[in-house]
Amino acid sequence: MNQQSIQYQGGILAVIALLTSAALVIANNLTHDAIEQSRLEDLKAFLTQVVPKDYYDNDLVKDTVSLKLQGESETIIYKGRLQNKVNAVAFEWIAKGGYAGDIKVILGIDRDGKVLGARVLAHNETPGLGDKVDPKKADWITKFNGLSLGNPPIEKWGVKKDGGMFDQFTGATITPRAVVKGIKEALQVFQTHRATILGE
Amino acid sequence: MNYRQIIMDGLWYNNVTYAQNIALCPLLAVTTTATNGLGMGLATAAVLVISNVAISLVRSFIPSEVRIPAFIILIATIVTLVDMTMNAYIHELYKVLGLFIPLIVVNCAVLARAEAFASQNSIIPSAIDGLFMGIGFTLGLVSLGAVREIIGSGTLFSGASLLLGQNFSFLEMTIIPHYKGVLLMMLPPGGFIAMGFLMVGKRYLDNRAKQKAAAMSSAPVTA
Repeated sequence: MNQQSIQYQGGILAVIALLTSAALVIANNLTHDAIEQSRLEDLKAFLTQVVPKDYYDNDLVKDTVSLKLQGESETIIYKGRLQNKVNAVAFEWIAKGGYAGDIKVILGIDRDGKVLGARVLAHNETPGLGDKVDPKKADWITKFNGLSLGNPPIEKWGVKKDGGMFDQFTGATITPRAVVKGIKEALQVFQTHRATILGE
Repeated sequence: MNYRQIIMDGLWYNNVTYAQNIALCPLLAVTTTATNGLGMGLATAAVLVISNVAISLVRSFIPSEVRIPAFIILIATIVTLVDMTMNAYIHELYKVLGLFIPLIVVNCAVLARAEAFASQNSIIPSAIDGLFMGIGFTLGLVSLGAVREIIGSGTLFSGASLLLGQNFSFLEMTIIPHYKGVLLMMLPPGGFIAMGFLMVGKRYLDNRAKQKAAAMSSAPVTA
């Protein structure tokens, strides 16, 4: 067939588009379950980092409730139950005002509002400076463990430069300030909506 | 087909980074550490081999008038398939490399090899071209990443054990202890500056080799 004809050229593009889309559909179907499985395992790994194992005996990845805690977007609350009583919760929180956009944090809190663990999930902070909030680079974020709104007192929830009790990093104050503020907000929201979140 | 020529072109004379000067956008984005450069380079090399083979296979059906859209669809599909397959079956590696894979779609080095080589050559030379262009690109990324990492944060191959497994944790070195770091080198302008110096280095070596060759051939044959 004449490769110069417009019919051939249009036809071959259509054939290529059809074959490649078919390949993508098939691959998507084949990999969908495995990808979903891996996503859940990742989530579980993060959740076990922020909620210690002895705080729950249920499958907290599946025991969830969605609430509008932060603006219009839904926050998924993962509930850890011990003998059917909600003992700890974990949820993602967007800390606003990072050096380069929002910082996504996952926070584990026990039923009385004490921080069990916090991890930064996603950020765009400057490598080598602001990224010390990431536990892979420094243990700064573990300093939140065991704290709550009254301990330390509310005015101490800030970086040292602002009169608070948390270290800032050399050359980077904005990132830790945003994370401290974000976690404080999350705890305040938990306190306000405690009954709804715990479902009691 | 001269395989030696293909290999040397990919590794040195026609190196993606330092000779062709293409694929600079992902280059500057990921080379803040040598390890990131290595990850991006290996992922790109894999895609280059697959895309070169695929395009070499279909080259006789594709009229030159519509080759560019056809190649782009093929490359984008291959990258997406690699992305999904890795995510599903080698998830641990995907968590480290996953960030780089979508960047390969916009990597013009892949399209450039499809256009300049695979669309005119048979399968085996195309595969070899893809492999060595990929290795050459990896060398470019790792060298630039190493320079930026050493000057920028005083370490080398930090995070290598995350990419390659615990056995490779010996690669992680602190070159300059208690180093404050140079932020500029971590940002894209520092990447451009470092790349400029590395290119000067390559040109210098090339020129010296050329002069040597010229001197050899023009020197009078004396005892």
